[in-house]
Amino acid sequence: MTHQDAPTASNRPEGAALLSEQRRDAMGGEPPFVPEPTGDSRLVASIKDAVITAAIVAGITLFFLAVRSDIDAGGLVLTLRPGLWMTWVAIALVVRFFLSYFFYRSAAPISGWLKTVVMPTKRGVPIGKTVGIILLAMALTLPWLLSTFLPGQNRYLLDLAILILTYVMLGWGLNIVVGLAGLLDLGYVAFYAVGAYSFALLATNFGLGFWVCLPMAGLFAALWGIMLGFPVLRLRGDYLAIVTLAFGEIIRIVLLNWYDFTGGPNGILGIPKPTLFGIEFSRGEGGFADYFGLEYSTVHRFVFLYYIILALALLTNFVTLRLRKLPVGRAWEALREDEIACRSLGINTVNVKLTAFATGAMFGGFAGAFFATRQGFISPESFTFIESAIILAIVVLGGLGSQLGVVIASVVMIGGIELLRNLTVLQQVFGDNFDPTQYRMLIFGLAMVAIMVWKPRGLISSRTPTVIYKERKKIGADAVSQGEGH
Amino acid sequence: MEYFLQQLINGIALGSIYGLIAIGYTMVYGIIGMINFAHGEVFMIGSFVSLSVFLALGALGITFLPLVLIVMLIVAMACTSLWGWTVERVAYRPLRGSFRLAPLITAIGMSIFLQNFVQVTQGARIKPLPPQIEGGLTLMEGPGGITVQLSYMQIIIIATTIVLMAGFSYLINKTSLGRQQRACEQDRKMAALLGVNVDRTISLTFVLGASLAAVAGIMYLLYYGVIDFYIGFIAGVKAFTAAVLGGIGSLPGAMLGGLAIGLIETFWSGYFSVEYKDVAAFSILAIVLIFLPSGLLGRPEVEKV
Repeated sequence: MTHQDAPTASNRPEGAALLSEQRRDAMGGEPPFVPEPTGDSRLVASIKDAVITAAIVAGITLFFLAVRSDIDAGGLVLTLRPGLWMTWVAIALVVRFFLSYFFYRSAAPISGWLKTVVMPTKRGVPIGKTVGIILLAMALTLPWLLSTFLPGQNRYLLDLAILILTYVMLGWGLNIVVGLAGLLDLGYVAFYAVGAYSFALLATNFGLGFWVCLPMAGLFAALWGIMLGFPVLRLRGDYLAIVTLAFGEIIRIVLLNWYDFTGGPNGILGIPKPTLFGIEFSRGEGGFADYFGLEYSTVHRFVFLYYIILALALLTNFVTLRLRKLPVGRAWEALREDEIACRSLGINTVNVKLTAFATGAMFGGFAGAFFATRQGFISPESFTFIESAIILAIVVLGGLGSQLGVVIASVVMIGGIELLRNLTVLQQVFGDNFDPTQYRMLIFGLAMVAIMVWKPRGLISSRTPTVIYKERKKIGADAVSQGEGH
Repeated sequence: MEYFLQQLINGIALGSIYGLIAIGYTMVYGIIGMINFAHGEVFMIGSFVSLSVFLALGALGITFLPLVLIVMLIVAMACTSLWGWTVERVAYRPLRGSFRLAPLITAIGMSIFLQNFVQVTQGARIKPLPPQIEGGLTLMEGPGGITVQLSYMQIIIIATTIVLMAGFSYLINKTSLGRQQRACEQDRKMAALLGVNVDRTISLTFVLGASLAAVAGIMYLLYYGVIDFYIGFIAGVKAFTAAVLGGIGSLPGAMLGGLAIGLIETFWSGYFSVEYKDVAAFSILAIVLIFLPSGLLGRPEVEKV
């Protein structure tokens, strides 16, 4: 039996072979072949899976969960914790059994089920835009919302919002480098540090204010981006990753050891606070509250800082969105998809990469300057690799290249875990010393792996392409892997 | 002169440890073309496992040192291999054929996870272990009381490394596993067509790399006597530098690169400044990648469309 309109090798999508086979069978009158295992074998196989998984978990965690070495008066001693170990092995056993029995070995595989749940296949509804506008409206009115509905925790929550927005801004800055240009930068924190230190040094040595230093901090960071980027951007993606990591560490070590210039591990103290057109947020004569005839409150400064970082973050977002429509932005995305094709088309890949690197670095520098002015104190402690990893995790979890994803990932991962800290329920369950922030990086690491394995383009994985040819199509996470030059 | 010789010996001992870790990087890179960022963490896990084994044996009353060392070696290698296998199975295998950055990102995720897993389960404080193997040979006694010492620990490190390297070269060059491994390195698809179980070979590559890292972990623990959950990060980057310097994908290159990095680091701290020794190693990485991307013994990379 032959088909006139059989798909050819070039236009056949994945899974088409199976479909056409099923169609052929159906035309021949055969019932479609569904390999449904019998109940018994499914149960036995699932139990076997579960036992194997539990054995592996038992093996790998034996020396970490069951025993713990602690420093005692006479040296190191071992503490036995068999209960904890067995609990986790049992959890692995049960979870794997359920997964195997109900998903992996059942007739309806898990992947299909997940797709219907997670990725509603509605076409053409720009849900991102609506959510974005709602989030923007919330962000703009947040200080008012907080003071109206949660006046008791106003200051704490505002501070948390500032922290989240700092990460949003850093995420957006890194998104230009990683998400758009496809350059894995593991040393992004270096530019954050350059921004923070240039502001701190300019402000403390020359008495310049925040608003003068802010653009300079961004420029310095961009300059560093170009200086570091120029020699290394010719390298392949994974080499680039490790060289940027090395640069991040080098900058931190230099900051730590150059006492005369940076103050070494003591850092820099007394960084001035930002002013509103010269009006300081201080108590008394000439302060913000006095000038506007308001009652003095420490919250004013937080509100002001909140709006500064909101404006900076929105600037980052706006610039990114505009750049994506310019030739350079399109070159970034083309570069991410296929570098060789780009070079063949006459794009100067080094320059294109450099612009992405420098732009990302500049926003990192802005964020660094803001960080310095918010804290009033900086030291190399704040610029470790962990910080780079957090920012990268946010970008990855949000979906490489997705602006909204970065926001959601920052809110969930930074804000969510910070809020968990205040839940007394958790302390009652896990004991008084339970601190969820301790597990933050653990969760970050696991989530990065899970997201990459399960949805490689992040939670917000279907992006509308920047350039539209003839018709609008959504790029699903599954299609992306095929488009990648590998 | 004595000072120089002493630094040379120290550098070779340190370089042996880096070389053993670097082999894991270079083999994985050779076979699947990715940087296994979690490899440094695997080394750290080997260190922690061997510490726990040591303490457990001490608690049981077994203190006969050679026996303790052998048990430590076997248990740490087995446990670390299992970790290596699991990491590959969970984080890298599902991503084969995915886009280029994906396995790199899971590798970083894994590395963060493992670091924090150890931190949460074993505590963030450093673990000091009093030196177990003391004494050494005095090779030379110079004027002013400067002596050149080759400690027994250094002898053990260098001897173990030589033995392991010999065994490992035999494994790669002569056995069927080694042939399969090299076949997969050259062309995975073709190897699969010729009946090589590619997935199994890749898993075994991770297992081999992890067990060598475990040996490095034990030696690090015994040599320095201080470990914490963060040692894998710096050691990992330096071992990667070693792999790149030697030519990534080349096994003798990894060992050579390890020795070179160990020597550079010791001489730098001996003659210039201890604070900037990491900067020296990291700068070497950047310089090599920029000016000599294929390393000392590596083949130049051919770009395919």
